[in-house]
Amino acid sequence: MSNLLDVENLWVRFPTRSGIFEAVRGISFSLARERLGIVGESGSGKSVTGRAILRLIRPPGMVAADRIDLEGKDILRIPELKMRDVRGQGISMIMQDPKFSLNPVMRVGDQISEAYLLHADTSKAQARTKTIEMLVAVSIRDPERVYNMYPHEVSGGMGQRIMIAMMMIPGPKILIADEPTSALDVSVRMQVLEIMDRLVRERGMGLIFISHDLNLVSTFCDRVLIMYGGKIVETCKADRLHEARHPYTKGLLNSLPRLDAPRDRLDVLTRDPAWRDQPSVSGML
Amino acid sequence: MSVSDPPNQGLRAWLLTDAPSSRRHARLAAWYQGWLSFRANPMTMIGFAILLFLVFIAAFAPWLAPHDPFAQDLAARLQPPGSENYILGSDGLGRDILSRLMYGSRITLYIVTLVVIIAPVAGLLVGTVAGYAGGWADVVLMRITDIFLAFPRLVLALAFVAALGAGIENAVLAISLTAWPPYARIARAETLTFRNSDFIHAVRLQGAGALRIITRHIWPLCVSSLVVRVTLDMAGIILAAAGLGFLGLGAQPPTPEWGAMISEGRRFILDHWWVATMPGLAIFTVSLAFNLLGDGLRDVLDPKEGSN
Amino acid sequence: MSGILIENLNVWFGEGHERVDAVKRASFEVPEGGSFGLVGESGSGKSTILRALTGMVPSWNGRMEILGKELGAKRDRSFYRKVQMVFQDPYASLHPRHSVDRVLSETLQLHGFGDIDRRVSKLLEDVGLGPEFRFRYPHQVSGGQRQRVAIARALASEPSILLLDEPTSALDVSVQAEILNLLTDLRRERNLTYLMVTHDLAVVSHVCTEIAVMQLGEIVELLNVDDMRNLRASHPYTSHLLRSSLGRRSESTEAESVSTEAG
Repeated sequence: MSNLLDVENLWVRFPTRSGIFEAVRGISFSLARERLGIVGESGSGKSVTGRAILRLIRPPGMVAADRIDLEGKDILRIPELKMRDVRGQGISMIMQDPKFSLNPVMRVGDQISEAYLLHADTSKAQARTKTIEMLVAVSIRDPERVYNMYPHEVSGGMGQRIMIAMMMIPGPKILIADEPTSALDVSVRMQVLEIMDRLVRERGMGLIFISHDLNLVSTFCDRVLIMYGGKIVETCKADRLHEARHPYTKGLLNSLPRLDAPRDRLDVLTRDPAWRDQPSVSGML
Repeated sequence: MSVSDPPNQGLRAWLLTDAPSSRRHARLAAWYQGWLSFRANPMTMIGFAILLFLVFIAAFAPWLAPHDPFAQDLAARLQPPGSENYILGSDGLGRDILSRLMYGSRITLYIVTLVVIIAPVAGLLVGTVAGYAGGWADVVLMRITDIFLAFPRLVLALAFVAALGAGIENAVLAISLTAWPPYARIARAETLTFRNSDFIHAVRLQGAGALRIITRHIWPLCVSSLVVRVTLDMAGIILAAAGLGFLGLGAQPPTPEWGAMISEGRRFILDHWWVATMPGLAIFTVSLAFNLLGDGLRDVLDPKEGSN
Repeated sequence: MSGILIENLNVWFGEGHERVDAVKRASFEVPEGGSFGLVGESGSGKSTILRALTGMVPSWNGRMEILGKELGAKRDRSFYRKVQMVFQDPYASLHPRHSVDRVLSETLQLHGFGDIDRRVSKLLEDVGLGPEFRFRYPHQVSGGQRQRVAIARALASEPSILLLDEPTSALDVSVQAEILNLLTDLRRERNLTYLMVTHDLAVVSHVCTEIAVMQLGEIVELLNVDDMRNLRASHPYTSHLLRSSLGRRSESTEAESVSTEAG
């Protein structure tokens, strides 16, 4: 089986006043037609990894890698103009908060059709039909009405579903979701994730799901990479997460309060400085 | 900063620490880190250097100036720049333009300093009180501000000077009176963004009164954007002072104020360009320097930058 | 004596046509030394109750009592000595230009304490921060450490009631564990009364013994922690919340989305 994405030896560096800060330190992983979770705490480099793949790191930030292959083609070395086709048709990204990702003065339907028109050579009327279909696909019951709404008129959960529609409409092969539900209320979280999950599977896409929430990732992914200090410290099958061996992963799991397992005190994660120096585990298939 | 200088390295490390050991240490470290980001911008350093140079000239004008700025020599009037004795030429009364510019820098600095003390402080006071108090106080104070803003600046200054009489002090007062409203608006806008923030709520929950919150919690946050705005406005203030001088309502002859010098040179502008051009270039340079400095200060003082 | 008593509390914003009722007929009681959780989603009015208690919202009616004393329109300094609050976002609740030392010593000064130097060190020690943190500025410390500073500030006046407004939702899970442990210890040592607002049922079940579930400004259900752990909820909204927070995939997404989307 050929991989959708192969990343080898990825480094992301940011110059600061006190020297070079290495956000991602030589990680390698690949993505097949599967759902891959990247888990870590703030500062672990998980979000930077997602942005680096899309080449969204702006100077003075520096991205270096042996290769970032999208279906065998290295996207690290193609010109910026061509990169625009990759973003959208090749790889799409859903950000944390739909409030900041949607243009507040444009109807949501128009924003989605614009995303479609940018990549497909069709008429406006056809783009509209396609948009309505897409809105239905993300379980919006009244697509005609929602098409004409402005972003401030929709709820957070609906906004994120609109974002999913917008990102899916150009037909990307890979979807990167960076904390797609952390700005949403608990009760709509599951629903949004299920929609995303269903679409990704129906279309045979690859999903990179970036999150700090171990349980969520283990529910919705096939494979998990656990990042710490810019490196991958462990990789495992999602349903085997509770058998994780690295002390960091175990520490993370034990530090969560649980509704079904009361404890007097929560376990506190003690960070071992040696973790930072261990070589990164490969997430290649 | 070179590696070959260990004691300096020690001091640098002490100043760059993440764990200051005393109040003084913490403050010095904060200042030093501000200076580092200030220094990182070459344009800002150029502006800063020009202003240091100006202060130096103003302080040592009597020793640096080749001539008495008031000494007239009608035999050597309107000498072109580069002629013997007169590096920048001489004016219509045979006075040395370079010497006059040097002495004039004192007046420029004097005006700038006074305006900087009066206008932003008045604006800060009005803006923060209006923003924090809200309601009627806000409406009344901001409408007064609007009235001042509605007048063309120079015309308002002219009216003040006409009422108070010509002279540098009155010019300063007039400029300050026309300069404060924008600062009040900025201070109010900033106050509105902070007044409902959690850290203000938190200190309110400690039982702190309005006066304390405004002066100790809101002012320090408004000051940075005001300082930036003031340095950017400085060019305008110098030009307004020069404008009043040019109209004969600021500094009185024979005071070597730069605007007044341009005004005097106006008569010769076609045949003897340097008389008006030299003070014009001086105003231009200093205004530019303040603008460059303001850009750099914005990077240093913006509180959001502090976290990076 | 009850620590906090709230009876038929209504809170609203705006007047006339623009009036929005944020809290409707809320009633609950927290015994002294107890810990009570208000659970609900954004816009359910849970934070508004805290704001009404601390006097940050002027428009309310009903009855609010703190340690047996009824609250009026204004809060005086003795109220702030007894009741303190920890805010949600430690990045927003500390003045960006004040050092830790200044935050704590100003607070102590406002409450009229002497011997400020010693008290600042003691406070830092109590919340598990070393003396090296004392002169740092907020941008020099991590999120969890900021929240510790905010807790130290709340403890400065030696209050008996702490209002906790989602105190860990802006923090990483491992840091959340540290802060929750700290809160548990502090309550035990000082016999504090907690009123905690959160959307995270696992967190509330860890800290609180009694829980009120809020939806659209109303308390829809009061239950204790055992009921919650055993999923014995009588209101459908509560059971929906419980299921979602266990991370279980809902059986019928469509049916449930109707009730939540309506708001």
